[in-house]
Amino acid sequence: MYTFSNRLKMFAIITSVIGALLWGWGFASAPSDVDEVKTMLAEEASHHGGGHGEDANHGEGGGSYDMTQEHGETAGHGEEAGHGDPDEHAEHVFSQLSNKPWSALYVAAFFFMMIALGTLAFYAIQRAAQAGWSPLLFRVMEGITGYLLPGTLIMLVLLLLSVFHVNGIFHWMHDGLTDPASDNYDKLIAGKSGFLNSTGFIIRAVVFIAAWNIFRYFMRKFSLAQDTAEDNRYFKKNFRISAGFLVVFIYTESMMSWDWIMSFDPHWFSTLFGWYVFASMFVSAITVIALVTIYLKSKGLLQEVNDSHIHDLAKFMFGISIFWTYLWFSQFMLIWYSNIPEEVTYFITRIEDYKLPFFGMLAMNFIFPLLILMNSDYKRMNWFVIMAGVVILAGHYIDIFNMVMPATVGDRWFIGAAEIGAVLLFLGIFILVVFSSIAKHPLIAKRNPLIEESRHFHY
Amino acid sequence: MSDKVVQALYNDDDVLMNAVKKVKAEKHHIEEIYCPFPVHGLDKAMGLEGTRIAITSFMYGCVGLTVAIVMMNYIMIEDWPQDIGGKPSFSYIENMPAFVPIMFELTVFFAAHLMVITFYMRSKLWPFKKAENPDVRTTDDHFLMEVPTHGNEAEVVALLQSTGAVEVNIVDSDH
Repeated sequence: MYTFSNRLKMFAIITSVIGALLWGWGFASAPSDVDEVKTMLAEEASHHGGGHGEDANHGEGGGSYDMTQEHGETAGHGEEAGHGDPDEHAEHVFSQLSNKPWSALYVAAFFFMMIALGTLAFYAIQRAAQAGWSPLLFRVMEGITGYLLPGTLIMLVLLLLSVFHVNGIFHWMHDGLTDPASDNYDKLIAGKSGFLNSTGFIIRAVVFIAAWNIFRYFMRKFSLAQDTAEDNRYFKKNFRISAGFLVVFIYTESMMSWDWIMSFDPHWFSTLFGWYVFASMFVSAITVIALVTIYLKSKGLLQEVNDSHIHDLAKFMFGISIFWTYLWFSQFMLIWYSNIPEEVTYFITRIEDYKLPFFGMLAMNFIFPLLILMNSDYKRMNWFVIMAGVVILAGHYIDIFNMVMPATVGDRWFIGAAEIGAVLLFLGIFILVVFSSIAKHPLIAKRNPLIEESRHFHY
Repeated sequence: MSDKVVQALYNDDDVLMNAVKKVKAEKHHIEEIYCPFPVHGLDKAMGLEGTRIAITSFMYGCVGLTVAIVMMNYIMIEDWPQDIGGKPSFSYIENMPAFVPIMFELTVFFAAHLMVITFYMRSKLWPFKKAENPDVRTTDDHFLMEVPTHGNEAEVVALLQSTGAVEVNIVDSDH
């Protein structure tokens, strides 16, 4: 039985509070009106010798292709892409800067929510595959999925804030886009309004969140009921609902990725996007399972977890990192190769304005784990797994950052107070929820039919 | 030197494993063990060193990656940088995404094939090679352990018989 130490609890609370303060500071220092932005731009222009007009055009979708000019708002930066008009440009920058703290909050909330969701998927796969090695880790995984309910509810609140125009991070929610009489009319977005409308968006979100949480509730319940059961009834039940969950999950996860991430760029579409988000989610989740397991083991709990269990988790981290890279490259290369303007703007904005995060995450998510986790001896060493894990998690945060930010803040991105604050805020909440969830029940499932095999697991 | 080898035959891998541990405990050298299938943990029980074939494979993969990069850089960028469908052949990095499938495949190709050839060479396997099994039953359902003797045949035979061998034979080692 694990007891949530007061030190860790204090650490989590302090992290959250510092994070909230940092984010609040980032929020407060965003410009409050367009005039402020105009003064700021005038100052910038005097510093850069008036060369900023060109920069701004880059931000509107990369000037090298004619079609991208036509699709000025493709990247969804804001309302009107200003072609030289200083007032429109200031308004555009204003919307980007006021989106910045909201996007930072959204990216961090999504990142921690997806860890809980990915862990639930991994857990269901272990259940459905009747894996013999992992039952010792089931309570750890169940604990991490404890964040699913608060995490998804936070996401729902953020989505509702966007729907009710508290912030403007989703371009397609802006007024007048579907109204032919309006200045803001956007034929492409209007054509998609059958799917991209606020009502459907919220209904889908509620359905996804409800489905995931109901499955999580029953999986946890059956898992605990099996501890005191007389037979294997609950084990079989859990097997069945896990298999069912995996079917539901892959549909809902795919649609969730269109709604919650891809719709930031409402002019852009990609067919393997759902898988790509899934790979990011899955590898982060497995990494967190490994890190929490190593932490609990270092506290002298989970003594039956041996090197081979850590080795298996590290193999998953290694393999899924490569799987993520495969999907990242497949998406990038297909679009780069054919270079169709309506698709390629997505990568042009990222390569022009986000060069370091865009290619830096490849080093963090692919090259680093590839070289560190290839050796089978290294996969059994805790500090190697922790080091690789921290880099993988940071890399996948940047991955989500790269998916969201170019569409909401464009070239005005910066990893500053708002971004770091939002991560710390949710990190604190995540630690609080996960470890108090782990502390609720014994760390080893008692009557799992496969637990004995897991105890003697040896690779 | 006409030393003899004692060949002990077993019909169960568990018995064999226990026999190996016992022979090792008595400090006898085990020359070779013939099995019809891989026996999990036998290498550890015999105290064999781990294989380094994965390391060779990694190095071969690096060679394959280098070959792919040098080849395509020469052909596509340096020798005849044509405009093919608007792809940027100005430098390797600009056109790299198009080369990645080949870089990947050649890395795998070199890593896999050269590792297999290394395996054949190190295990001395090739077509028309004379088979080395001392007893045909070892390819079907028997396990055979060879222990060399140095004038202490009776002692070795007694030891091997006590480990549950179904048959113990003494043969000349230069057979």
